[in-house]
Amino acid sequence: MAVISVAGKAARPTTHEGRDRRCRKVRQNLTAHGFLLGALLCFGFFTWYPMVREVVMSFQKTKRGRTSWVGLDNIDQLLQDPEFWQAWRNTLLFTLLALVFGFAVPFFVAVLLNELRHAKSYLRILVYLPVMMPPVASVLLFKYFYDPDFGLFNSILHTLHLPTSAWLNSPDTAMVSVVIASTWMNMGGATLIYLAALQGIPGELYEAAELDGAGLWRRVWHVTIPQTRLILSLLLLLQVVATMQVFVEPFLLTGGNGPQGSTTTVVYLVYQYAFNFNNYGAASALGLIMLVVLAGFSALYVRQSRKAD
Amino acid sequence: MDEPLTRTLISQTQLNRPLGRLLYRTVLALTVVGFTVVFLGPLYWLVTGGLKSTAEVIQNPPTLFPAELHPETYATAWRQLGMSRLLFNTLYYAFGALAFQLVFDVAAAYALSKLRPVLGNLILGMMLATLMIPAAVLIVPQYLTVLDLPLLHVNLVDTPWAIWLPTVANAFNIFLLKRFFDSIPEDLMAAAAIDGATPTRALWSIVLPMSRPILGVVSIFAVVNVWKDFLWPMLVQPEPANQTLNIGIKSLSMGVPQNVIIAALAIASVPTVVFFLIFQRNIMSGLTSGGLKG
Repeated sequence: MAVISVAGKAARPTTHEGRDRRCRKVRQNLTAHGFLLGALLCFGFFTWYPMVREVVMSFQKTKRGRTSWVGLDNIDQLLQDPEFWQAWRNTLLFTLLALVFGFAVPFFVAVLLNELRHAKSYLRILVYLPVMMPPVASVLLFKYFYDPDFGLFNSILHTLHLPTSAWLNSPDTAMVSVVIASTWMNMGGATLIYLAALQGIPGELYEAAELDGAGLWRRVWHVTIPQTRLILSLLLLLQVVATMQVFVEPFLLTGGNGPQGSTTTVVYLVYQYAFNFNNYGAASALGLIMLVVLAGFSALYVRQSRKAD
Repeated sequence: MDEPLTRTLISQTQLNRPLGRLLYRTVLALTVVGFTVVFLGPLYWLVTGGLKSTAEVIQNPPTLFPAELHPETYATAWRQLGMSRLLFNTLYYAFGALAFQLVFDVAAAYALSKLRPVLGNLILGMMLATLMIPAAVLIVPQYLTVLDLPLLHVNLVDTPWAIWLPTVANAFNIFLLKRFFDSIPEDLMAAAAIDGATPTRALWSIVLPMSRPILGVVSIFAVVNVWKDFLWPMLVQPEPANQTLNIGIKSLSMGVPQNVIIAALAIASVPTVVFFLIFQRNIMSGLTSGGLKG
């Protein structure tokens, strides 16, 4: 706002008219900034300032109330923590599995829904319903289903004479179990976006392909996929960024660490450093590392969405 | 049936052939049954689980229908977990957040779109830049900020402000609203100005009535986001009396019988399911129109 008043004073008005116009301009600017004030304060306090602080804290350490610069010590400490590497391995595994399920399944479901002529609204509501549920309800329900002794899943497997599983209790299957629950909870959003993209494909393209003798698979390959490729790649990037921040599902299903640390994710490790060990420096440094990794994906996203426009 | 038929992957003529029709019927039946089992099944389990006795709910194999009905489990859950308190808190946070977002974000988007102040584009750019920062990265510095707000030195932890105010810093809202306001013709604004309408008056009488669809989308997502949030309310509302449904159920669930927990989960899900069924059209169109192509 300082800028406005300076601008108002600097150019000395020569005529009455000019002064009036300038006055109005200043007043308009003041009004506009008044409208912006609430949002600006909230952004300032809760996003912009924390962003700066995140970077600053990554290179600081607080001991007994005294804060000092420590350079790369925090990052050093992280790199020496075996949990750091495990958390990254787990997070990448989660992201990979979540994409196999959370990317392919919704696309398939969307193609299927788009072909059906009946019960469309009903099916669409069903797919999106879990997205609206409070996460604690879906997650604790899945925890109950996963119970090795009285859970629904093992009893279904047992009835079908299939081998049962320890689900969340075994380091081998814990992460897969988390991914299954997470896919059920979150696939609705992606499905609906794909569905909208599919509905935007002009029918003539399919007709033309059919006249040219293209069978079902060639129509999928040469019409459906190219026509939705941009949305697909955008959503893929968004999903990578979102799934790499996974926290709630492992936190509620396995308490965070899981058997032998098999479900410790990066964000859970941030949480542990900050709120269990009170080591805000290391927590911030870990956040910063994560930011750098995800920034790559975000940059790709921006490039793709420019193309989409 | 639901939408005007446009040509899709498989043509209508193909479906009208006997074999096509048979295949279509089979796929349709499988899909409807499969989806119902996969997506409604767990909800069925949730509701009936709350009706089972403590012994039956952890019995192996599980029962499809409750052997005897225990509706009093719901009353127990409501009392034991203090559900009325949790429900009230969640609604209070959600609608408070909605009010703050509507006032501040609408005002900001209006200023950026129609009043165009000096530095407006810089401010918009700085707001949109926050979209690139993954939310989880900022959780620690945000928490420390709320613990001791700079300049003012107040502690917002355990006050509703800790939930309400950070939700205003939502660049996506600003973006959606601004884009919508941009589509309102400038002539209309100029005509209002000539008639002597102040910017506030123009916002109230011209812009807001025309923006109902986008205000609906922003409102719904404001409420849903607070309702679904977990980590942030867990950090900033440590006091049990201030907790939300998600956190309260999680922290009180230790040592409570399984059937009581399930009943509590069912109670917690009911409002969202009802809310969704009422607003499903707006939610889904908001998701697909504002969600990506934005």
